[in-house]
Amino acid sequence: MMFAVAMIAVLVSLALALSRALLGPTMFDRVLAGNVIGTLSVVALALIGFVTGRPDFLDIAILYTLLNLVGTIAVLRYFKLSQPVAPPVPKK
Amino acid sequence: MLYFTSAVVIIYVFWLVLSGHYTPLLLAIGAVSSLLVVALGTRMAVIDREGHPIDLLGRAVWFWPWLLLEIIRSGLSVSKIILSPSLPISPTLINVQATQKSAVGLVTYANSITLTPGTVSVEVEGSEITVHAITHAGAQDLAGGGMDRTVTRFEGAKE
Amino acid sequence: MEAALDILSWLLLVAGGLFCVIGTIGMLRMPDMFTRLHAASIIDTLGMGFLILGMLLQAGFTFVAAKLIILAALVLLTTPVATHALAQAALHAGIRPKLSYDETGGHIAGEDASSNS
Repeated sequence: MMFAVAMIAVLVSLALALSRALLGPTMFDRVLAGNVIGTLSVVALALIGFVTGRPDFLDIAILYTLLNLVGTIAVLRYFKLSQPVAPPVPKK
Repeated sequence: MLYFTSAVVIIYVFWLVLSGHYTPLLLAIGAVSSLLVVALGTRMAVIDREGHPIDLLGRAVWFWPWLLLEIIRSGLSVSKIILSPSLPISPTLINVQATQKSAVGLVTYANSITLTPGTVSVEVEGSEITVHAITHAGAQDLAGGGMDRTVTRFEGAKE
Repeated sequence: MEAALDILSWLLLVAGGLFCVIGTIGMLRMPDMFTRLHAASIIDTLGMGFLILGMLLQAGFTFVAAKLIILAALVLLTTPVATHALAQAALHAGIRPKLSYDETGGHIAGEDASSNS
């Protein structure tokens, strides 16, 4: 019961974070929302493990934490490297 | 050698907790794979004090609870700001001077600033940290240097 | 004893859920990207922390508890890295925070004064 209440709160926050990801306005707001959604889904996975009585979900949650960091950094690096570059200098 | 051993021990304990099965075969596989991982890490030159400063573990006993209290305190004040209808924020960008000697201490300080809600370290160069704070009072609090002194005490300043 | 633990768990889980909702409300209300970072860090620290503490009390001294502690430690170790990377990348992409007070004197660590136009 108590886990169900916490689950509802986490799901509501997931919906709000998703709306921030859709609203933007900049790319970094979306990455931030993605990062928050990652953290919230880690907690949601742990709660699912308790609600269904299957603690195996905790292993998935641990993996998801690490993937969340790597994913955020990877997206940021990708956008850093794909900044608009100067137009190519025409060869003489 | 100290850091090689400690890395093997930490990774093996991590394996043991995650595995939950204690047959001789699985224990042996765990030992071999954690040794292999740390050997590869040594070739990458990431097994050193900077990677896992375990000599700080003794002082972490009082530093982590202090940090947790700090997080709860500032988290409550930021929650209050979010919930008040007028949204009384006064975003401030400020440069603070870090007095830590080593890279480990500097990273600890910058991460402590980021981990506390209400202040985010935006950029670090040398011993200067640019911090974005959500209220002017929070920035002044940080500039007062209380957290800086605590982290320096945690670091121990040997180098 | 059992009942007291249950009540404490209830309180912690409700507090954690509340902080998650507060954090995301903050993310929707804040005016710019840098202030949203602060709202997001409430979720990563207080929301996650209280929820995992509540689960910890229900788990007792088992492997589940050890895994929960590892989970909380990993989240607390990795989120500041991601947040700092995000703030730094946004600043270097030319996004300037809306400020009430600028006490840097126009100087931001890691940037020369000439490129800070």
